[in-house]
Amino acid sequence: MSMRWRGLTVLVVVLAAAVAVHGQVREWTTYSGDMFGQRYSPLTQITPDNVRNLELQWVFQARSLEKFEATPLVVDGVLYTVQPPNDVVAMDAATGRVFWMYPYIPSPLARLCCGRVNRGLAIHENTLFMATIDGRLLAIDAKTGGLVWNVAVGGARPDAGYSFTVAPLVVKDMVIIGTAGGEYGVRGFIAAFDAKSGREVWRFHTVAGPGDPGAGTWAGDSWKTGGGSIWVTGTYDAELNLTYWGVGNPGPDWNGDGRLGDNLYTDSVVALDADTGKLKWHFQFTPHDVYDYDSVQVPVLADIQWQGKPRKVLLFGNRNGFFYVLDRTNGQYLLGKPFVKVTWTTGLDARGRPQNMVPLTEDGVLIYPGVQGGTNWYSPSFSPRTNLFYLPVWEETYSTFTKRPVEYREGQRFTGALPAMPIRMLTGGPPLNRRRPEEGWGAIQAIDPATGEKKWEHKMADVTDAGVLSTASDVIFTGGREGYALALDARTGALLWKANVGASVSNGPMTYMVGGRQYVAFAAGSSLFVYALRQ
Amino acid sequence: MGTRAILISMLALAWATAVHAQGHGYTPGDIENGGQLYQANCTACHGPDGDGIPSVNLGSGKFRRGTTDEEIVKIIIGGIPGTAMPPSNFSEGQAGTIVAYLRSLATAPSTGMLKGDAARGQALFTGKGQCRNCHSVAGVGGRSGPSLSEIGASRRAIELQRALLEPSADIRSDHRPVRVAMRDGTTMTGRLLNQDTFTIQLLDTSGRLRLLDKSAIREFTIPKESLMPSYKGKLSAQEIADLVTYLTTLKGRR
Repeated sequence: MSMRWRGLTVLVVVLAAAVAVHGQVREWTTYSGDMFGQRYSPLTQITPDNVRNLELQWVFQARSLEKFEATPLVVDGVLYTVQPPNDVVAMDAATGRVFWMYPYIPSPLARLCCGRVNRGLAIHENTLFMATIDGRLLAIDAKTGGLVWNVAVGGARPDAGYSFTVAPLVVKDMVIIGTAGGEYGVRGFIAAFDAKSGREVWRFHTVAGPGDPGAGTWAGDSWKTGGGSIWVTGTYDAELNLTYWGVGNPGPDWNGDGRLGDNLYTDSVVALDADTGKLKWHFQFTPHDVYDYDSVQVPVLADIQWQGKPRKVLLFGNRNGFFYVLDRTNGQYLLGKPFVKVTWTTGLDARGRPQNMVPLTEDGVLIYPGVQGGTNWYSPSFSPRTNLFYLPVWEETYSTFTKRPVEYREGQRFTGALPAMPIRMLTGGPPLNRRRPEEGWGAIQAIDPATGEKKWEHKMADVTDAGVLSTASDVIFTGGREGYALALDARTGALLWKANVGASVSNGPMTYMVGGRQYVAFAAGSSLFVYALRQ
Repeated sequence: MGTRAILISMLALAWATAVHAQGHGYTPGDIENGGQLYQANCTACHGPDGDGIPSVNLGSGKFRRGTTDEEIVKIIIGGIPGTAMPPSNFSEGQAGTIVAYLRSLATAPSTGMLKGDAARGQALFTGKGQCRNCHSVAGVGGRSGPSLSEIGASRRAIELQRALLEPSADIRSDHRPVRVAMRDGTTMTGRLLNQDTFTIQLLDTSGRLRLLDKSAIREFTIPKESLMPSYKGKLSAQEIADLVTYLTTLKGRR
């Protein structure tokens, strides 16, 4: 969609919202809220002036104690989400009362590196899609909760470490997913399935094998166990007919001796033709990664002014600590700038390739950012009103990386030695923070994509696993590991509102309008909290 | 007392006897829960009748590797090393309800059924039987009745036959109809999805998920009669067998 058409669409939506006071509806139909991955909502009922009047409307508590990482969908007044690991739930979006639940008990053979989690659903017409932690893709009737189809994804054997945690992306009449399992020596892929039948339409291997472009970037047979996971939903530009996906780390994570070469397409963003899955272009952020700097962030698409001219760009806040701007039509590198302390490289060259990467040693080497990265899978946001990119970051985090021998055994962890770090990688354990500031903290940064400069920063004493939502009234919603749901001023970063939700806020908040009221949903711990303005 | 009431009494007695013999306080709710867990997790190998693996018949009431409920619970949770029986994530309570369900199979009545033909059954399903008006398979069909995409993985042939002949005899609680009269005079019918003290949730006949405030409702009833017509006398015994055979092939998983 061109700038003009996008602008027109926004205008029509705003007008429609302004006219119809009663029964106003604004849906949230895909993981990031839109195909550009901006996690930006045109809703304006909640403003910087009234956000302090937010009041809890309802809570959904999971019947499992797994961590909530799903972004809900809202369609036709119904909120759909996944109770981890893989139960689909339909609720009334205004009250949280449950319409139906589709229970799914995954195979006990499923192997997950980092929790039995799920990041959500996709919807096409009246059908919901969920990829499971045991290697299957399900289609569920959105009205009844009845199964439409349940297919085993080819080659995705759970006992070999293949699993799906990603929320699918619906493009045209296809459902696109990618496999996790980069800590188990899988060979990663992105695949599209026919929404009606579940039949596979195309597959792109994120680890280049013999005959693929990029085949020479893996020593010997190392491509067979090369990792390249997908665990965060990609984006889509209908005008270019390209779908963009961030690709995870090469395996084994922390010993690259057996996989000499750049290891394409790990730690890259790939642009694929949506109809065929063929690679249009790629950009590799961290060639031959030995730090586990997965590029599994949402590739955010935006149309911005670049050096005085409109340009179609792709914004990428990378786990390796650099913020990147690429031309999304051809992958051209435009800008790369660190947003946190970075010591693994001396910097990027004119084409964005990192220089003088620090090798790992058997004695251990201290590197910034730490193994969890400068950011991670937490969704960023881009506001076309402020033209700022909002990024959850981990500052002053470091790890000691130590090279250890590692051998592949199917279904076993294939990583090398887990780097030591002062901060817990995952949430869990007692909610206590006794660190010194120099041992790591968290923040939300607002970055100007035109320059890579930081406009403002909201600091938190603890790190954050929460994504960011921005709205057309210039309010930012986010959270952190401390258990606060937060609202910030999108232009200044000033704190506008906070609520203690009692556990780490994970994934990005989302917002929707039903019955003329704007709601904001936060997932925290194993529950979903939904707020609206006091009436 | 009608035949059905006698049958239900006999079933209740048989069930009570079975439970008593085991010395466990399983409730019908436990058996239903156990059935759902069994159907969702065990039927891929063991089949809905428990006889999917040669020389293993879980529905017979006798188990090869254990006698007491505790022994069977242990196997369900721990699996059987060296065999295809994997360990599971069930709690002891959940595994106990599965045992309760399996024991209930042994006491359920079985009747001689005709041998059916799945292809003829499918033709009946989409044609003469008009089943698709209300039921969907693989996303094709109506929504007023439950989706049947994986009915063969969760229902025994005998249960399916009964559902066709006596649809009101045993309506599962998740397939109940509801009739609502609103204070403003409107009425609606649909599938009861959920209710609480203040609200009721249903799927109306237009395919819309609705939450109704009880303060706006004059009266609502959960009829004991199914919305589904009986096929007794409408389809021959052979046609019923064909239809049942087709339904048992619907396992949902590929």
